[in-house]
Amino acid sequence: MKGAVDSIETFGLVDGPGIRTVVFLSGCKLRCKYCHNPEMWQKGKDNYTPEELAEKILRNKNYFGNKGGVTFSGGEPLLQSKFIIEVGKILKKEQINIALDTAGIGLNDYEEVLKMVDLVLLDVKHTNAHDYHELTGGDITEALKFIDDLNKSGKQVWIRQVIVPGVHDNYAYLISLNKFIKQIKNVTRIDFLPYHKLGSEKYIALNIYNPYENMPAMDKDKCAKLYTEFMQIYNQENY
Amino acid sequence: MKEQWNGFKEGLWCQEINVSDFIKSNYTPYPADETFLTGPTDKTTKVWQKCTELLKEELQKRVLDIDTDHMAGINNFAPGYICEEDNVIVGLQTNKPLKRMVNPYGGIRMVYSSLEAYNYKLNPTVDHYFNEFRKTHNQGVFDVYTDEIKKARHVGLLTGLPDAYGRGRIIGDYRRVALYGIDYLMEQKKKDFSSLTGRMNNGLIRQREELSEQYRALEKIKQMAKTYGFDIARPAVNAKEAVQWTYFAYLAAVKENNGAAMSLGRVDAFFDIYIERDLKKGIITEKEAQELIDQFVIKLRLVRHLRTPEYDELFSGDPTWVTCSIGGMTSENKSMVTKTSYRILNTLTNLDPAPEPNMTVLWSTELPEPWKKYCASMSIKTDSIQYESDDLMRPIYGDDYAIACCVSAMRIGKDMQFFGARCNLAKSLLYAINGGVDEITGDKVLEGFLSITDEYLDYAKVKEAYFKVLEKVAQIYSDAMNIIHYMHDKYAYEAGQMALHDTDVHRYMAYGVAGLSVVADSLSAIKYAKVKPIRNEQGITTDFVIEGDFPKYGNDDDRVDNLAKEVLDKFFSELKRYYCYRKAEPTMSVLTITSNVVYGAKTGATPDGRKRGEPFAPGANPMHGRDENGAIASLNSVAKLEYATCCKDGISNTFSIVPTALGMDEENQIENLVALLDGYFKQKAHHLNVNVLKRETLISAMNNPEKYPLLTIRVSGYAVRFNRLTRKQQEEVIARTFHEKM
Repeated sequence: MKGAVDSIETFGLVDGPGIRTVVFLSGCKLRCKYCHNPEMWQKGKDNYTPEELAEKILRNKNYFGNKGGVTFSGGEPLLQSKFIIEVGKILKKEQINIALDTAGIGLNDYEEVLKMVDLVLLDVKHTNAHDYHELTGGDITEALKFIDDLNKSGKQVWIRQVIVPGVHDNYAYLISLNKFIKQIKNVTRIDFLPYHKLGSEKYIALNIYNPYENMPAMDKDKCAKLYTEFMQIYNQENY
Repeated sequence: MKEQWNGFKEGLWCQEINVSDFIKSNYTPYPADETFLTGPTDKTTKVWQKCTELLKEELQKRVLDIDTDHMAGINNFAPGYICEEDNVIVGLQTNKPLKRMVNPYGGIRMVYSSLEAYNYKLNPTVDHYFNEFRKTHNQGVFDVYTDEIKKARHVGLLTGLPDAYGRGRIIGDYRRVALYGIDYLMEQKKKDFSSLTGRMNNGLIRQREELSEQYRALEKIKQMAKTYGFDIARPAVNAKEAVQWTYFAYLAAVKENNGAAMSLGRVDAFFDIYIERDLKKGIITEKEAQELIDQFVIKLRLVRHLRTPEYDELFSGDPTWVTCSIGGMTSENKSMVTKTSYRILNTLTNLDPAPEPNMTVLWSTELPEPWKKYCASMSIKTDSIQYESDDLMRPIYGDDYAIACCVSAMRIGKDMQFFGARCNLAKSLLYAINGGVDEITGDKVLEGFLSITDEYLDYAKVKEAYFKVLEKVAQIYSDAMNIIHYMHDKYAYEAGQMALHDTDVHRYMAYGVAGLSVVADSLSAIKYAKVKPIRNEQGITTDFVIEGDFPKYGNDDDRVDNLAKEVLDKFFSELKRYYCYRKAEPTMSVLTITSNVVYGAKTGATPDGRKRGEPFAPGANPMHGRDENGAIASLNSVAKLEYATCCKDGISNTFSIVPTALGMDEENQIENLVALLDGYFKQKAHHLNVNVLKRETLISAMNNPEKYPLLTIRVSGYAVRFNRLTRKQQEEVIARTFHEKM
């Protein structure tokens, strides 16, 4: 068995706690307009056996300390859940902390892979079916199915919401986001990530149409303010 | 027990000179955090303010003043003070702060060109003496140098050799003066002298002469202290005296010598014992204890040597490498971090972030967490700290060693080293391709080699030729070093520093290499891609075309990392074949300091795709932008280089990161930096410079230097004020890989 690894970042500090090796698995069903890794849409060659990938990750074990570990990202890592399970089996023998950075759009075989992971970084795209589809080309019910399984797994969840100007930066969205997140169990952290333009050069290099070519980056301070506002809503019971 | 030792626990140290035993019998480890630290006293602030003004003036004029009437020497200058309030820890190199000495013993020509650069003239009498009657180290060396050494030196195959100024990298055990007093040390030297008997052969004659010089030097240190009103014949009775006595001993070293690196050693646990005793007696407060350390550090920051513009280009920013080793563990696995370890780093807050003293934390994964976090937080705030693995060095050097210069470990008072600068491994590779002809000058530098004429470079063939070249280069290098250090001992012997060593001292011959990552990637390109040499009309290869991709050093890829190891192993095993002057033990470092820029400028295009004149990566760093898998993979590549068996003189690596990439908030940044250091050193790595900076800050500082007078960054093995680097070096630092992935 082999998996398709696009690349490995050995010094990941923003995709989960501590110092993490981030494994980018290629292939994704969604076509998010703000995607900054469009090179990973197509699944590449199967290039790593579980043993080979585990060996690479374990080279960095000394840096993980109490908090760090590995994060499977992508692309959509759930499209290669069987591969992750096999890698995870080896890593778990070494007590490596495993995180999964996902939008929850996989192959509906989540139960076993969720047993393997310690933390799920759940990427919320949008809260209603219409806008979800508009933004990602995908079907929100698929994501909701994953959230069901995630809730059953009892695993810890970090929510990540990319904030796109004109799409997410309004009060009504914050209210709906609050409702959306409240249906997810074990959420221990919520992050707002301001939409940035660092991926735009990739679209040019890959010669792919960039729907957000003219979309401005999200102002970081404004995003931070929005986050504070949201957390007030989130922390109030009656919302 | 001497009366000054009241309150100390007795031990072996009472019967013999044994500072290590004194420390281990008496120090108090401190496991908690930095909350006890205090700010500067008014006096410290005033003295430092005066210094800040002088430093500003110096920055504009490049040198503030030069004493052209007196020669460097332990007791050749009237006492000097910074200002009226300067009365806590006293002593300056000359009679005024930042006024530089003339030290012609290493070479009079260096003195001329430095003076000329700043429009000064030597006192004619002195000039006369050093021309007519007194031969210098430099003249001695050039009387003996062979043609092949001169050629290798001229083209930049060997660069930075200490053949025209002091060799430095010697650390006297300055603490001995405080613990025992000068008179006791003199008595011991006298005893040693009387036991040096037998048939008078070269070795014995030299040793007896050196001991006599050491004895006289100790007397001079005593007299020098007397001019400041202190009697250091006896041991120090309290913390203030312990710091002052130690400083006098160090001051004597920097009055006598102008070595590139004049390192301090390791004083934290030593000073702490005296401070703890005074605190217990109630004769000192925490504020006063900090004041002693602050004022001591102020003095260390004022050390200066007179340098030529060419020297400044090689080692930018007026570094003096007053390397101060801090922390570490005992051989019994007990933390040696004391409150004074904290107090020393606290000077970076109380004064300001600064390059000197060269703060060097001896890191063990076993050290207390609060200390690790404090170091990491100070690194993030000041970029002024380098880290070296105590876990790697302690098994070799024990628990009373210190770092000289950047990465050279030595047992204090027991080891010394013959500094050997470095050899250009990348140029050597080009010589293998060009049959010993220099790719830039076209001169035949190495005899007996044929150039490679193939259309595409063949790995086996190139490697064979390269290893042959390395054999030849090692022989030339070894010859040069033996000559240099023979002459240095003869004409510029460091009597004051050697007096603070055991008489029976162990010597290292410290070779070094530059351009390692260029060589590793070049060999990898030849092996895994196709490399086509481009030759000029004379048939000299001056450029390369690379077809295809190849593994690059800095990605934790054994295919290329092993090539780096293999080259180091080969070169060191060649160096080891040759006899070293005074039976010194050969060692090797992978360190460039800022000279990676000059080396690069003197080296043609290389098969890895590096263009002619482009800087090398500093030290053991991977080449800029070639590490594609993030910082950990890059660190792992460097960590593979063998310290204990190959590069025992140190493997330097510089790590720069933007703050936001290190973690989301300060707490996370600190935790992650601690994890990074723990991880790196668990991988058996040796050294890491840490910079936490934004690239934009550096660009802005390059364009508006006046806005960033204090901006300090770590470069290979030392810290430097960014505005003291040459433009080219600034650009190189900015271009260097910053880990900033989002």
